Amino acid sequence: MPRVSQWFIRTAMMYLVAALILGAVMQTSLADRLPLFRALWLTYLHLLVVGWLTQLIFGVAYWMFPRYSAEQPRGSERLGWATFALLNFGLLLRVIAEPWHALSGRGGQLLVVSALLQLLAGWTFVANTWPRIRER
Amino acid sequence: MDLRGEHLAPDSGTLGVPRLSVLMIRAALAYLATGFLVGALLLIQRAMPLGNWLPRLAPVHIEYLLLGCIVQLALGVAFWILPRFRSGPERGRAAPAWLAFVLLNLGVQAAAIGAAAGAPVVIGLLGRCAEGLAAGTFALHAWPRVKLFGTEGVERGRRAE
Repeated sequence: MPRVSQWFIRTAMMYLVAALILGAVMQTSLADRLPLFRALWLTYLHLLVVGWLTQLIFGVAYWMFPRYSAEQPRGSERLGWATFALLNFGLLLRVIAEPWHALSGRGGQLLVVSALLQLLAGWTFVANTWPRIRER
Repeated sequence: MDLRGEHLAPDSGTLGVPRLSVLMIRAALAYLATGFLVGALLLIQRAMPLGNWLPRLAPVHIEYLLLGCIVQLALGVAFWILPRFRSGPERGRAAPAWLAFVLLNLGVQAAAIGAAAGAPVVIGLLGRCAEGLAAGTFALHAWPRVKLFGTEGVERGRRAE
């Protein structure tokens, strides 16, 4: 397994654990007392769907999809690392900025940066994966 | 040595990617690119208003990413790597899988665009029905291929070539 896939898959597992813990906390009475937890519903969903599921798919696809060429079996390794970095910085920024913005109305610029980083992550993944999917 | 198209999973042999899987996986990637774009716009909208019309695209974001991307990617990979048959067409009856591809994409478009455009509820309902039928027809195709290795008529991913 390539190192970048290792990072994708291990990070995905960490997000799964974190999301499920957050989900459990959101079910307790603590969530009723602290407005922070009410602001975290969308963050929780995205931790699961982007942090875990999408990241797991990215890691496995990078590892197991057909070879691009003998020299670059997985396409561009740099693009693979870029996808990993962009996705995770973007998502972590969202975890901070989303509740902050919901509670105080500030941190909007961080939300914009988070959105752009995650968008670039998706596009770099598509750019690197598309040429590997060919009929044979 | 040209390794293009060769599968990278350990011990998987040389599993060629069939046309239907190429189409499904590429469609899934296209939905991923579009779904992420809509998601980014929706997130930016929360901090910087871009237009009153934008929140109506939330169903497009959800439908494209969950059904168009994730489900379609899973079906495309399943069509490619599920065990194949020793005799007859190696992937069995492909027609139901092709039908699933068409129904799924029509369904995703109807459900997503219908909701975003404020189309009559029946459009969304038809979209959901098409998605459900797609799941059913794909299951029809895949059912006989989901068998233990070594059982009659089905071989491992590594084909004697």
